[in-house]
Amino acid sequence: MTELPTIDWPTAVVFAPLAGAILAFAWPRRAAALGLASVLVTAGAVAALALQVLAEGAVLTRLGNWGAPLGIDLRADGLSTVLLAMTVGVGAFVSLGALDSYAPARADDRTRRYFWPLWLLLLTGLNGAFLSTDVFNLYVMLEVIALAAVGLTVLGGGRAAVRAGLDYMYASILGALLFLMGVGFVYLELGRLDFAGLIAAEPAPALTAALALMIAGLLLKTALFPLHFWLPGAHANATAPASALLSGLVVKVSLYVFLRLTQYMPLPDELLVTLIGALGAGAILWGGIQALRAERLKLLVAWSTVVQIGLIFVAFARAGQVGLAESWKAVALLILAHAVAKAGMFLAAGRIKDEVGHDRIADLDRSPIRPTLAQFTFALAAISLIGLPPSLGFAGKWVLMEGAMAAGYWHWVGVTMIGTLFSVAYFSRVLASFLRFDRMRSPVAEHQGWALADAAPLILALSALGLGLAAAPILAFMEIGYPFGATP
Amino acid sequence: MTSGLIFGLTGIAVFAIGLFGALVMVEPLRRVLALKLCSVGAGFLLVVGAWREPPEAPDPVPHALVITGIVVMISATAVALALIRRLHMLERDTDD
Repeated sequence: MTELPTIDWPTAVVFAPLAGAILAFAWPRRAAALGLASVLVTAGAVAALALQVLAEGAVLTRLGNWGAPLGIDLRADGLSTVLLAMTVGVGAFVSLGALDSYAPARADDRTRRYFWPLWLLLLTGLNGAFLSTDVFNLYVMLEVIALAAVGLTVLGGGRAAVRAGLDYMYASILGALLFLMGVGFVYLELGRLDFAGLIAAEPAPALTAALALMIAGLLLKTALFPLHFWLPGAHANATAPASALLSGLVVKVSLYVFLRLTQYMPLPDELLVTLIGALGAGAILWGGIQALRAERLKLLVAWSTVVQIGLIFVAFARAGQVGLAESWKAVALLILAHAVAKAGMFLAAGRIKDEVGHDRIADLDRSPIRPTLAQFTFALAAISLIGLPPSLGFAGKWVLMEGAMAAGYWHWVGVTMIGTLFSVAYFSRVLASFLRFDRMRSPVAEHQGWALADAAPLILALSALGLGLAAAPILAFMEIGYPFGATP
Repeated sequence: MTSGLIFGLTGIAVFAIGLFGALVMVEPLRRVLALKLCSVGAGFLLVVGAWREPPEAPDPVPHALVITGIVVMISATAVALALIRRLHMLERDTDD
């Protein structure tokens, strides 16, 4: 009896979406079916990988049996696997939402044809980045993600979208090149590029410079205040499913790389951790003010992403340099919470815009058309983003504040509270207009917009709410394979 | 001052000029060119790092990295140019 070859799941996770992207590009007529099938296959591969990680601990694949430091290794530990699951889970529901948003009646042929290859290429890059174990591979994945993300931004084809996409392109490429320069410094100093080499390295000025360059590039790509200038335009002008992917997933990958690097290459000074936290606080304040001023629903949601990114960096800095060994858990929970809730919220905002016909916040209460289910979804997602129990956002903020209080860093607790108040304020602007009926000129329309298309965003928003109850098992899973303890 | 150091500093200087340009330039094409300069600077530094004293062969790994970087940058430039052209056409059509 011959033994069946066991499938190597990390490889499958990267190559299934890549194959799907090529097929969807080659057969544009079948793009939607091929794309959806490929996302589901990837989801299956991630589920199998998660089971393997649960049973055996971290999974390591040496591509072509070369092995580090020269070859490319893929490694899935608990943290990587949770983020892979987040990516493919959110991605699957956004794909379902895209079936409606890009239906023949709503979108032109070109949009429908190019969405699937671009999104699957993006998924390839995201999965590849979460499994990478060396900094050069990360650079290549960041570029793949950047090109696919720019493509998704300009998919609508309007002038505002192309201009925002171009700004995004410049910021993204510059961020990647800063990262590449850092990679060059690492190679010149160490002669290797893998994480194990970074961990074993003695502190050196060249490595500090490398870390500074790479962090600068990543902060630009993840849009931390004051490097956020490209984000609101790009995320607000893209079509709704693309915005959901950009806001929910794409900014998270640079955050993840930042998290890995700062654990493997110690930050030289406490001051730097405080500075990063202070930039996060700046993002919360500035983003909050801009969200209060935003005139369009999607722009408000985009500014709320700036606020949430700021909050995640506050979580990073919550207990200073000594606390970094634990703070990554708060960061990871908030990344997860924001990805699920924000994808649901952007899809819901897109649904409201589709049904009402515009997304001017001031005029939403004049509309006789009330897409009730989409509005309900928006409110549920807002609950998680504000951080009310039992949502995942609440769990993340809880871990953040617990750590800050234990370390006696009360200023971070204060900043988090202010951010929460801001979120309540700017989401209330929208929720109030959903609930006001006295400014309508005609009676409420018969059609209330209960469509099948509301299912995808609703499930995402409900997950953001419900996953908070599973925060403890998720945290336990993330620690499998000691993401930041042992040599990878 | 060794020649390696001079070349290395040149690479960093080219990168810095590109960085400055990318941040300051307004004209879309100039910004693309500035980003190209950045990538040339970074590649230059890696190639310099690969050099060894003549009897010894140069380190091939940075060369492989630079080739990958060039391929990535070509694709990025192509996308940026296509977007600039598209934006130009859209603006020409709507402005009178």
